[in-house]
Amino acid sequence: MTAPTAPDLGLFQVLRDDGSTDPATDPFLPQDTLLRMYRELRRVRLLEVRMVALQRQGRVGFYGTCTGQEATPIGVGFAADPGDWVFPALRESAIMLVRGFPLDRYIAQVFGNELDVLKGRQMPSHMSARQVNQVSWSSCIGPQIPQAVGAAWAAKMRRRSMVAIGFMGDGATSQPDFHNAMNFAGVFKVPCVLVCQNNHWSISVPTSRQTSSATLAIKARAYGLPGVRVDGNDLLAVYRATADAAARARDGGGPTFLECVTYRIGAHSTSDDPTRYRSEAEVEEWKKRDPLDRFRRYLVHQGLVDDAHDAQLDAEIGDEISAAIAAVEGRANPPRDSIFDDVYARPPWHLEEQRRELLAGPPAPSHG
Amino acid sequence: MTRLTYREAVRGALRQILASDPRAFLLGEDVGKYGGAYAVSKGLLAELGPAKVRDTPLCESTFVGAGIGAAIGGARPIVEVMTVNFSLLALDQIVNNAATLRHMSGGQVAVPLVVRMATGAGRQLAAQHSHSLENWYAHVPGVKVVAPATPQDARDLLLAAYADPNPVFVFEHVLSYPLEGEVDETSGAAPLGRAIVRRAGTQLTIVAWGGSLPKALAAAEALAAEGVDAAVIDLRTLRPLDLEAIGASVRATRRLLVVDEGWKTGSLAGEIVAQVVETVFFDLDAPPARVCSREVPIPYAAHLEAAALPSVERIVAAGRGVVRG
Ligand SMILES: Cc1ncc(C[n+]2csc(CCOP(=O)(O)OP(=O)(O)O)c2C)c(N)n1
Repeated sequence: MTAPTAPDLGLFQVLRDDGSTDPATDPFLPQDTLLRMYRELRRVRLLEVRMVALQRQGRVGFYGTCTGQEATPIGVGFAADPGDWVFPALRESAIMLVRGFPLDRYIAQVFGNELDVLKGRQMPSHMSARQVNQVSWSSCIGPQIPQAVGAAWAAKMRRRSMVAIGFMGDGATSQPDFHNAMNFAGVFKVPCVLVCQNNHWSISVPTSRQTSSATLAIKARAYGLPGVRVDGNDLLAVYRATADAAARARDGGGPTFLECVTYRIGAHSTSDDPTRYRSEAEVEEWKKRDPLDRFRRYLVHQGLVDDAHDAQLDAEIGDEISAAIAAVEGRANPPRDSIFDDVYARPPWHLEEQRRELLAGPPAPSHG
Repeated sequence: MTRLTYREAVRGALRQILASDPRAFLLGEDVGKYGGAYAVSKGLLAELGPAKVRDTPLCESTFVGAGIGAAIGGARPIVEVMTVNFSLLALDQIVNNAATLRHMSGGQVAVPLVVRMATGAGRQLAAQHSHSLENWYAHVPGVKVVAPATPQDARDLLLAAYADPNPVFVFEHVLSYPLEGEVDETSGAAPLGRAIVRRAGTQLTIVAWGGSLPKALAAAEALAAEGVDAAVIDLRTLRPLDLEAIGASVRATRRLLVVDEGWKTGSLAGEIVAQVVETVFFDLDAPPARVCSREVPIPYAAHLEAAALPSVERIVAAGRGVVRG
């Protein structure tokens, strides 16, 4: 018998390669939940293929995918309560779809047109919506982590039973915001779950050049909070670890740091070519641990899905996405002078002056 | 002369510095195999080796701070920050430290540091990637700030920044990188603090720099077609300002228009207008004017982004206004 490994050095798993689960960790979710999770996995996977294609065709400006990492946002999304708040980074926008945000509105944000709740102001993959308590990422690496801690702190002060979930990548663990947020979370014992998606790369820099710690989870020790290293490609493990951490937070047990070990199968974003810095062999190795395949193996084992089921599901999802794109693309753009709205609660005189100047002046060219 | 892009010209100057000075090294995020956020250092790691081109962990405050320390320690670091937006995470190191150390150490400590960063909008990357904050840096005593607009200047001003014993901040506009021009690759450093007249003219002085220069030149052409003869001054160095060159031109044309991609309130354009008014007020025939970004976070959608930024059309309209009243 080997000594049990510490949670921040080991790898918390539920799914086994043979399609069974570890009874000690299995959350034993009802079948319809498992099937809904599966649908979300396939939906996010297919959605991102379509979004990248739109970008390649010049129909939208940018997209950052989470391909190969879907299990983490989806697992966390299912574990969160509707009243919980999410502070995502680049690869978790889709968590809002899991939490009930309409797909066409999500896609409208990628186009930035009149149906976009963000009114054309924010980049794709930085989506947010009050409706699902999801706050926009600021593009800068790190600031959302202390913000998640602050939101949790407010919940504690106001005695609300809400948990704040803050996401980050492995690269973000090098920023002061990460360390200080962990420290504050520990000191104020706030109800938050900080989730790091260790996808092994921060653009071109491997995690091994980001830190010399044995794991990322172990960093939590220094701040006095529990750290758990989770198999981020195991949907049920992510779900279980998050649900446990959130339950502890709700009970006044304070924060948890989860390192979800995964891999960025795709490029960093639509402006990246990863062959410049990493080997195809490494990518192939990780494709064997694809979160969708692993979850599917389990569902097949349970007799819940088969090829015919998937073909029908994909066709249905494909139609759903196509319908949403069709409903959204070609809609009018927000008016030019809408840029002056929402800078303040009420525009001060100088913005009204600039609005008049804009409307009286020459039409702005679009970028060539 | 060789035809080079702005990006290649910066890379050429980096290569020359890194290869010739054993103390020099380049550091920042993804500057190695990736070649930098805007592909400026592409190939330099393979050419010059890992001692010369160093990827750091993802932390602006620390790689700038370590750059300051390395400069104090006798190395000659060139720091690349992906964009001015992310340099905000390093502002304490820059404003409270790099800028003050010489003065507050009674002149004992020098920080011969070069920090390069991209600035400006036009690539649909939304507010947190698109701001033009070079005027914040130009506000700070103890640092120098350059904003090269042409491929030749991209080279010559980087060489100048490197040769200077003070911390120098180099702003490269994101839309400048693909610009092409003839570059003399044997040239030396350009003088810091010197503006240059890019277009002679008699009725209006347009002052611009960096990414706004091509717009100012195009506007001057359009104005010429309307019978307005505008001079265009490329500021090149934002701190210290070349008030002499601006004043000389304004004395001749008697009219001033400043183009600045920063926000109008508190802009560098405002500073230039103020200094001109203070020094050549009685030579002015009309109130000076400014074309700046609208005072909003720069939006993502292409037409909204365009609406927020200075455009050729806006510069032409403003120029017409200054000259014709
Ligand atoms: C403060 C800051 N510095 C640099 C960048 C540029 N940048 C964007 S994403 C990224 C890598 C992030 O890596 P990681 O945190 O591991 O997340 P991942 O993208 O791998 O999900 C970098 C350096 C940025 N957005 N913000």
